[in-house]
Amino acid sequence: MQLDDLYRRVIMDHYKKPHNQGQMEDGSVSVDLNNPTCGDRISLQLRVVENVVTNAKFSGEGCSISMSSASMMTDAIKGKSLQEALALADGFSRLMRGEAVEFEYEDIEALSGVNKFPARIKCATLAWNALKKSVLQLNPEAASSYGSGSNDN
Amino acid sequence: MNIAEIRAQFPILHQEINGHPLVYLDSAATSQKPRAVIEAVKKYYEWDNANVHRGVHTLGARATEAYEQARIKVAQFINAKSENEIVFTRGTTTAINLVASSYARANLKPGDEIVITPMEHHSNLIPWQMAAQATGAVLKYIPLQPDGTISLADVEATITPATKMISITYISNVLGVINPIKEIAAIAHRNGAKICVDGAQSTPHIPVDVQALNVDFYALSGHKMCAPTGIGALYGKKALLESMEPIEFGGEMIDFVELQSSTFKEAPWKFEGGTPIISGAVGLAAAIDFLNEIGMENIAKHDRQLSNYAMDRLSEVDDVIIYGPRNDRGGLITFNLSDVHPHDLSTVLDAEGVAIRAGHHCCQPLMRWLKASATARASFYLYNTEADVDAFIRALHTAKEYFGHAVG
Ligand SMILES: Cc1ncc(COP(=O)(O)O)c(C=O)c1O
Repeated sequence: MQLDDLYRRVIMDHYKKPHNQGQMEDGSVSVDLNNPTCGDRISLQLRVVENVVTNAKFSGEGCSISMSSASMMTDAIKGKSLQEALALADGFSRLMRGEAVEFEYEDIEALSGVNKFPARIKCATLAWNALKKSVLQLNPEAASSYGSGSNDN
Repeated sequence: MNIAEIRAQFPILHQEINGHPLVYLDSAATSQKPRAVIEAVKKYYEWDNANVHRGVHTLGARATEAYEQARIKVAQFINAKSENEIVFTRGTTTAINLVASSYARANLKPGDEIVITPMEHHSNLIPWQMAAQATGAVLKYIPLQPDGTISLADVEATITPATKMISITYISNVLGVINPIKEIAAIAHRNGAKICVDGAQSTPHIPVDVQALNVDFYALSGHKMCAPTGIGALYGKKALLESMEPIEFGGEMIDFVELQSSTFKEAPWKFEGGTPIISGAVGLAAAIDFLNEIGMENIAKHDRQLSNYAMDRLSEVDDVIIYGPRNDRGGLITFNLSDVHPHDLSTVLDAEGVAIRAGHHCCQPLMRWLKASATARASFYLYNTEADVDAFIRALHTAKEYFGHAVG
């Protein structure tokens, strides 16, 4: 078991100084999600203008994996359409299943090591599940085209 | 108590995890199983397996005998007056649900009170929320002192003549608090209330005498006391069990079945609809023999000593927050290391072979009271040693260094 595979430097940087933490006044959607087995909690807000995510903010509590994942996710989806955001979430699910997936926002790939720590996958996917739920609320059709309404663990 | 000999009887302990000897400090979640229990279950399946209370054949008689003997063992272990006061259940959760769904719903009316505490496990909390919602009763909480204990003055102040039921844990699975059950039972009875005790953490660790405590209901889980998962028990005073309606209906629990109505067996069998977990009962009986041979007093003493030792060692580590009282506690310690989330801590400890629990421990209201979204917990049992505690403390230092380094 290689701890360094899990706790990569980028992850710890995001954990220590999370991006997009906080709240916004003009959000289009807000979703609270928790991980009932361990108590991790995220509150995600998106501002969406003409189907494009123009801003994303999160607050919450959790371990380095869940918080860094939220930090990266909110970075990655800014400027993306809802469909593109869902495609990213889909890519992230595949990354967690051990597939090699490349991301334009490369930091995310550092989370690939979580795959070797099955107990921690739920931590990494929490923010992404909140994203899927947000998109589903804003645009059920966008979500159904990816079949991404369900939560991956 | 010879720990080396005891350890030798737990096959699972003798393995390496991630290149380190396993140090299992999660017995409050579930205990490991001694060879005697594993063998008893195996022998049951290899020799005696049949359904109970049904067949006339030899195996049916043997299985029934083994199952009912286990009931007697449980009754003796907690000093019930009679084995007919022992209902087999899936565990503590099912046992408490039986009391809340049957006794409480039949006996509570709007305005009545149910009293619990904020330290309860979800399994001793949600059944009462549901019973309160169903009957219009009020759910009240005995407040906690700053160290997580409860005071008898607060118990007196909370329980009133309107209180019909108080349900409380004997030992908290988070704080390690040992509640004064006998005194609380006396206060409950003086007010005409019944008392139900969550014995999930006490039964494995200290001698329990339900008659001396004078409790009305007492729930326990086999899997935390060296028995298999899937078996537990509800103790209930005979008159109470007799007065209660079953909540599950089907085979095994009936007397006469007509087309439109049926009559049921007597307690405890009327609560055991369907084929029970016979092998589990057999395993529980073997676990009780195993624990009795070592002696519950000895186990209690060992757990206490180890927990004191761990408390001393843990207090020496910088940046550690310890939850719950310092003294007079059960064999577990819940804590946090500042700046390291318990999940991260648990992963790093696991890399060192040390198994601890991280999370909310099925106690969300208590976590809120502690102002912690999650905590780490090390828990001890009869097979743990000071060397285990030392390995745990070493791993904590490794985690601190690792995160100091990784984060820095
Ligand atoms: C204090 C306490 N009560 C109840 C339970 C529930 O026990 P079970 O899951 O065996 O029903 C537990 C175990 O997790 C516990 O620690």
